[in-house]
Amino acid sequence: MQRFSVRNCVTTNCRGSVQALPQLRPAMNDPESREMLLSIAPTALPIGISGIEKRFGGVSVLRDLSLDVAAGEFLTLLGPSGSGKTTLLMILAGFVRANAGSIKVGGEEIIAMPPHRRNIGMVFQNYALFPHMNVFHNIAFPLKQRRVSTAETAERVEKALDLVQLKGLGERRVDQLSGGQRQRVALARAIVFEPRIVLMDEPLSALDKSLREHMQIELRNLHRRLGMTTVYVTHDQREAITMSDRIAVMNAGCIEQIDRPEVLYAAPKTRFVAGFIGDSNFIPVESRNGSVWYEDRKIRMTSAVPAAGCHLMVVRPEKLRLVADAQPAGSVNVIPATVGDVIYQGDSFACYATLRDGRQVTLRDYCRSDVLARLPGPGEPVNLGIDAEDVVLVAAD
Amino acid sequence: MSMQSAILPHAGARTLNADALHADARRETFGLLALLSPGLLLVFAVIIVPIGWLFWLSLFDETGSLSASNYARFFQQPSYIKTFLTTFKVAFAVTGACVVLGYPLAYMLSQLPRRAASICLILVILPFWTSVLVRTYAWLVILQRKGLINSWLIDLGVISQPLPLANNFAGVIIGMTHIMLPFLVLPLYASMKTIDIDCLRAGMNLGASPAATFRQIFFPLSLPGLASGVVIVFVLCLGFFVTPALMGGGKVIMWAMRIEQTTSLYSNWGAGAALGVVLLAVTLALLGLFQWLLGARATGVWSSR
Ligand SMILES: Nc1ncnc2c1ncn2[C@@H]1O[C@H](COP(=O)(O)OP(=O)(O)OP(=O)(O)O)[C@@H](O)[C@H]1O
Ligand SMILES: [Mg+2]
Repeated sequence: MQRFSVRNCVTTNCRGSVQALPQLRPAMNDPESREMLLSIAPTALPIGISGIEKRFGGVSVLRDLSLDVAAGEFLTLLGPSGSGKTTLLMILAGFVRANAGSIKVGGEEIIAMPPHRRNIGMVFQNYALFPHMNVFHNIAFPLKQRRVSTAETAERVEKALDLVQLKGLGERRVDQLSGGQRQRVALARAIVFEPRIVLMDEPLSALDKSLREHMQIELRNLHRRLGMTTVYVTHDQREAITMSDRIAVMNAGCIEQIDRPEVLYAAPKTRFVAGFIGDSNFIPVESRNGSVWYEDRKIRMTSAVPAAGCHLMVVRPEKLRLVADAQPAGSVNVIPATVGDVIYQGDSFACYATLRDGRQVTLRDYCRSDVLARLPGPGEPVNLGIDAEDVVLVAAD
Repeated sequence: MSMQSAILPHAGARTLNADALHADARRETFGLLALLSPGLLLVFAVIIVPIGWLFWLSLFDETGSLSASNYARFFQQPSYIKTFLTTFKVAFAVTGACVVLGYPLAYMLSQLPRRAASICLILVILPFWTSVLVRTYAWLVILQRKGLINSWLIDLGVISQPLPLANNFAGVIIGMTHIMLPFLVLPLYASMKTIDIDCLRAGMNLGASPAATFRQIFFPLSLPGLASGVVIVFVLCLGFFVTPALMGGGKVIMWAMRIEQTTSLYSNWGAGAALGVVLLAVTLALLGLFQWLLGARATGVWSSR
């Protein structure tokens, strides 16, 4: 399923650059080079990670970590600094030995395999290009190790350069490249030998914002075209959300939740995930007698009522809105609060309000004229409305 | 003013403050020269003048008349040629021995954990703090006919006749290698430490076995350090005096010993000066050659780090 047609390659490329188009077109007519282009696409394999334990000295860095990555999936490991993302990637690539666990690639156990036999491409955070080789030889390096013939090497390097839009830069020394170009060389080098899996450790963190956003789209397109199984590490939640098929949120060596970005955002399962991805308001609620209560108000909700006890209601700032009625109507929950401050932000405004128990919440809304007309001032009492289907509960810790 | 420069962009851009800026640039150049002048004077006084004087001396023969006889002697007397060859033979052998011993040592140091590495590094540098003379005599005690090694080996019954380890070519090589080793290890270690571990990981990740990674990535990246170590050792060997004089037993005559003989024994300052000039010229030529051979390959690495 992962082999895309040449036509597909050309059309999805349109966002990348215009000059790549005429270069690719002859490839469609020439059956041989067409074969070449296809052969860069690696066969994607699934990864099954289970029970990984890693301790440095006495400190447990990964704890019984299990994770399945589907063939051709773009999976992002997202987590705060020190949560063990790099360590997990290093274990996958074979540079760090786990204390226990299993890694299966396409059903084959690789946990004890030396790194050079794993056939896993990796893009390092600082690119790790070989400074004593030019761009061509950097990209040709993995082919040389696999004793690919000179002619085929030249052809495949050319294709890879084309793919990352660096055609004609083969003779450049590595230190003559810009950051974005280095990043592309590192990428080309990691995919030119058709690895089964590609790992990337914060590959964009050294780039400035606009280039980073551009490269995010390019990486995503490249993944669509080649379809290799990709494990991507970042601690930038926006990057994770825009790029990934699924995101695994890591915290202190464990995976807290693994889901599609929209599910992760809309239905976080733990307080950590809710706080880490996007802004969240946490409102303490209590489950008793088969329903959920905020102080003396019954919370209307569409999801199942959790077990009795204290919980936190997770409300995104944009899901809160100002309502006129103090009494709940229909499926809307109403919570009284006092406005602390209203901050105008151009397209939207943020309203900081204090609940009756002293808890701070944030409300964000667009500056539509009907909203602006009823905008409260500091110190004014307001009613915050939450739709029943937006109510998400997580365990209070 | 901005109106004017908008209308006449070229004229405005060329003349606006051009003189003042030019004068400022000149002032800066002179200022830097003034700051440099003590250093330049010192270099002139202690390097250029003595070398010029040496060269001047070498142009006079024993009778005090201007002649090229001091230089002609090198081609006429075979003993000079022999000394010349010996000097190079020793320098090559010592450099070779230093590379063979020093590369693995530096590699080990660079791979050790930080604390162990700094302890080992102190052990490498320690001999530096002892006089060359003392160390050479120590080697004599160890290597001579009735020295430590020979008496042990005979006591153990490994050999019946003492091995000729001192007072010959082998003795000179052993003694000089010991003294020169830190000069190779230190620059090599420094350059190995700068090699990015991720580069080596990338090598393995891309399918190179550990041996291939060493050969294709680690070794080429350590070459600049190796080159500077080799150059330092080789050049120091060419002018070395104490160890060959003591360990050679009079059988290994090096260039510096020849200079000493000529000036202090025969009081022939012209001939001695000529020897010095030739040594200097050959050393410079060799440095040029090294630069030419290794520079082109290594500069790519140097400039990128
Ligand atoms: N070689 C090591 N020796 C000891 N502890 C280590 C080592 N490598 C990593 N650690 C520890 O393991 C934990 C996880 O590190 P890791 O590098 O995997 O974090 P990360 O999630 O990649 O963080 P970041 O986002 O900052 O890159 C950290 O607490 C770190 O201090
Ligand atoms: Mg990391």
